[in-house]
Amino acid sequence: MNFALKIALGLAVVAGAAVTFGTFELPPAKQVQTGYRGVAMGQIFHPATIAKQQALNQSPAADDPQDPSGQKSSEVYQNVQVLKDLDSNEFLRLMNSMTEWVSPEQGCAYCHNQENLADDSLYTKVVARRMLQMVANINGAWKTHVGATGVTCYTCHRGNPVPQNIWFNDPRPTEPHGLSQEKLAKNVASKLIGSTSLPSDVLADFLDKKDEIRVNSTTALPTGDRHSIKQAEWTYGLMIHLSESLGVNCTYCHNSRSFYDWDQSPPQRATAWYGIRMVRDLNTNYLDPLAGTFPHNRLGPTGDGPKLDCATCHNGVYKPLYGVSLLKDYPELAGPLIQASAAEMPPKP
Amino acid sequence: MIGYQNIFTQVQVHGTAYPGVPMTGKNDPRFGKPLFVHLFGMIGDAQVGPIYLGWLGVASLLCGFIAFEIIGLNMWASVGWDPIQFVRQLPWLALEPPPPSYGLHLPPLDQGGWWLMAGFFLTAAILLWWTRMYRRARALGMGTHVAWAFASAIWLYLVLGFIRPLLMGSWGEAVPFGIFPHLDWTAALSLRYGNLFYNPFHMLSIVFLYGSTLLFAMHGATILAVSRFGGEREIEQAVDRGTAAERAAIFWRWTMGFNATFESIHRWAWWFAVLCTFAGGIGILLTGTVVDNWYLWAVKHGVAPAYPHVYPITIDPATLPGAPK
Repeated sequence: MNFALKIALGLAVVAGAAVTFGTFELPPAKQVQTGYRGVAMGQIFHPATIAKQQALNQSPAADDPQDPSGQKSSEVYQNVQVLKDLDSNEFLRLMNSMTEWVSPEQGCAYCHNQENLADDSLYTKVVARRMLQMVANINGAWKTHVGATGVTCYTCHRGNPVPQNIWFNDPRPTEPHGLSQEKLAKNVASKLIGSTSLPSDVLADFLDKKDEIRVNSTTALPTGDRHSIKQAEWTYGLMIHLSESLGVNCTYCHNSRSFYDWDQSPPQRATAWYGIRMVRDLNTNYLDPLAGTFPHNRLGPTGDGPKLDCATCHNGVYKPLYGVSLLKDYPELAGPLIQASAAEMPPKP
Repeated sequence: MIGYQNIFTQVQVHGTAYPGVPMTGKNDPRFGKPLFVHLFGMIGDAQVGPIYLGWLGVASLLCGFIAFEIIGLNMWASVGWDPIQFVRQLPWLALEPPPPSYGLHLPPLDQGGWWLMAGFFLTAAILLWWTRMYRRARALGMGTHVAWAFASAIWLYLVLGFIRPLLMGSWGEAVPFGIFPHLDWTAALSLRYGNLFYNPFHMLSIVFLYGSTLLFAMHGATILAVSRFGGEREIEQAVDRGTAAERAAIFWRWTMGFNATFESIHRWAWWFAVLCTFAGGIGILLTGTVVDNWYLWAVKHGVAPAYPHVYPITIDPATLPGAPK
């Protein structure tokens, strides 16, 4: 073998090793059949990845229950706008838990002026109050998605003042591009859409705005359905986001022989359908209106506020925190108590 | 002789460069001093050159270069002319066809105009190269089998990027130029039109694709296996069956019950390869123009079987009264 050949062979081995070890997961992979035999309806899991995820997605223990004081929180504390009718001891317990869930390092001072706890001067307190209303809305109006498991602050925050998975509008389409092709939020390497080249600003269109998702024709022969392949790519991008956020394959919700057909779909598809509508509701009615409340360093490159998507709660798991309900230990977050007072507080402009 | 049985030819014989057959008529001579590349010699002929391009070759390469530059420079611009990002993200980058809202109208350059232009020059380059292929075969006194096989691939290319978009009334239906983007486009096409695997022409295309690889492996293996008996001299053996052909024939009779001949195997392979892209082109041409959902089409014609229901009945929530938007 001559020298050039040895070099070429060496490079090929290095490239081959990089592709093999850089992109593949070590065996074994575990397959779980979820549908009729022989139709490839199943989920493929990688035990090592699952073990890592399980360690990261443990629900914390609830704080011990408190004996009621017999007094409402609004009778004990000033400027209580939501949870007015909650017992003051339980109110204090919830405040402590919220600190553990959201700002364990920063403590109460993250939201409260230590000189005057009733003061609304910190933006974090205003946001937290709105987030309580949002949690109540999720647990009350979106049982179609969250069921009886429900959510608490911890579902998204996981001990972080800002949840790890949030998103902002992509500034790319407005960037100057001269004579060249306009800048598209597509054909860029993005984790959000599982490193495909599909559109990466699908969240803005589908989870903040209410663009039509369905692109499949429902008739065998053409009857005027003008959905384009480009629209299909947008929908596909959104679906990859769901798949990545939940750590599941397409077949978790769809029968891949006919993606559109509800008759053959696993029931999870309906849950996901409501999830998409829930996220739209939360982004347009709770998070977008808060953009003016956040300081500049919390805003995105186009000046928009942080928004949530499927990964915000799910964090790569098909059921957030593997379906453990923390809500049952904090029934005040389930809705009625907060919603009763929500009517009195209009959403922040 | 044992050298013939390796993937890489073990022995490279160096002689004086082969000047090529004498050409008649108005053919320009080939130019340049030939050189030998050892690496090329391991998989094919080590000799490179002399070269003949002619005006068809020059025009084709020029058009191809223009298309390559339009695509490449637009990709580079899309990462803000950053050379590192260009290399890092190259598999993701693309030149996109115009948005469907432009229909078949000429869009501005930045809205897919570049894509139309790149497509024009790439198509020109391919068609010029096809003409060159046809005329070079004729100039050598050969048949034009290769040109017609290439034409089959060009048919699929034209259906995807030109004929189908024309029939659908939108350039936006065409394929983007890009490595991952054209693959994701392919998946999106299948998703939009209800699963392309139920398209019978797609099925045929797959049969001929996999069939081609199988035939290629069977033929290559057979010839290598009988090369110690002179089996690589296939043309002679086609008309004057020698011991290599007879051994190969008996081998396939024993293992498959039937054998091709030294001539017919090449017709088999040629037709399989040609029909792969030919059937594929028909399948794409019918998609969206004649059939809108291949799964439903397959159900209608008894192609797609029904399987027992194993999930609880799931109703489309959008059809329920008071459904959220």
